[in-house]
Amino acid sequence: MHKKLVLYLFLSIIAFFSNAYGAESEGMPQLNPEFWVSQIFWLILTFGFLFVILSKFILPKISNNLELRKSQILENIETAEKQKIESENKIKEYETLINNSKNEARNYFNEARKKIIQDIDKKREKIEEEINLEIQNAEKEIVELKKSSPEKINKIATETSAQLIKQLIGEEINNSSISAIVEDLSKKNKGKYYGN
Amino acid sequence: MATNPMHQFNVYRIGPEIKIDQIDISFTNASLFMVISSLFILIIFNLGSVKKNIIPNKIQLLAELSYSFISKMISDTAGSKGKPYFGFIFSLFMFVLFCNMLGMLPYAFTVTSHIIVTFVLAAFIFIGVTVIGFLKHGLGYLKLFVPSGVPIVLLPLIVIIEVISYLSRPISLSVRLFANMMAGHTMMKVFGGFVISLGLVGGWLPLGFSVALTGLEILVAFLQAYVFAILTCIYLNDALNLHH
Repeated sequence: MHKKLVLYLFLSIIAFFSNAYGAESEGMPQLNPEFWVSQIFWLILTFGFLFVILSKFILPKISNNLELRKSQILENIETAEKQKIESENKIKEYETLINNSKNEARNYFNEARKKIIQDIDKKREKIEEEINLEIQNAEKEIVELKKSSPEKINKIATETSAQLIKQLIGEEINNSSISAIVEDLSKKNKGKYYGN
Repeated sequence: MATNPMHQFNVYRIGPEIKIDQIDISFTNASLFMVISSLFILIIFNLGSVKKNIIPNKIQLLAELSYSFISKMISDTAGSKGKPYFGFIFSLFMFVLFCNMLGMLPYAFTVTSHIIVTFVLAAFIFIGVTVIGFLKHGLGYLKLFVPSGVPIVLLPLIVIIEVISYLSRPISLSVRLFANMMAGHTMMKVFGGFVISLGLVGGWLPLGFSVALTGLEILVAFLQAYVFAILTCIYLNDALNLHH
């Protein structure tokens, strides 16, 4: 289609101008064989030269460049992948290390806590024992004091009453009667003072 | 009048007449543009291949893109067997492309608008492909003219048609390029002449046409170089991989 159109246009133009410039037109210069040989000669020379230089010197260089780039890119991709794997391994290593150390730290902490708790327990037990002992002693003392206190109080009461009476009336009353009264009173009030 | 649109295709001698055994091989304007095209290609691709940058600069990118473009074209049409002919196809494509493109410059001469140039190229390709075919397949190359799966009654006719189509390859290949280039340049010249003859009043329309045609012609210049190269690849494919 395209070919036909071009040919038609070409022919019509030729026809038009061979009419218009019929006098001076020499027809198509392409069909004038005067320089055909020269054109063939120079075509072979220049194209041959071009072909030899291109295929011997220039094209191998370009293909070399392309290959070089390809191989370099492949190499880079390879190293990148290797490094990626390496870094992933490193990350795994790091994670396991962190986990291990976390566990260790927890263990240490637990152990220390246990130890401290044990220590505290021991010390507390010891102190409790001591306290119990003290309490027992104190209780004993208290019991003893309880036992001995009425007598002492009575004695003190007797003495003080004797002194008081002496001061008040200026007469000495024998102790036995006073103590009898005191004892009588203390017996009456025993529940008041030592009520448990 | 200089407005003869065929005037631009005239070949004239530059410098002295050179004769070897009565054969005129003088340097002409056609020769000049062949030399310029070749030098242009060599300079560009030399600049594009000198440096070995991993990230290419512009001219290196141009050279490498052209390389992979042609390389892909060959491997797509002729397969891996076409690789040894890469240098030739590459030179052919670049030569035709640069001749076409340089012809687009004002006052420049279009080498490929001459039937003799395109015919020599096409004839060389034709002979080369035929030789390669016979070297690769021996007389088995003649099977190219006998397509498989054709009824025996039709076979003589088909063979004749195949032979004619095979023999007309150099003609169709050369005339396609030559006619395209000549028609385009002639039309541009005609419209250019109209701009002058119609003057300020009516010259704008042909001027617009001229501008549009220039764009079209640049497209055609590339397309025809591509077609020339790819048809060469297809012929080469026939010779290398006998499909019939």
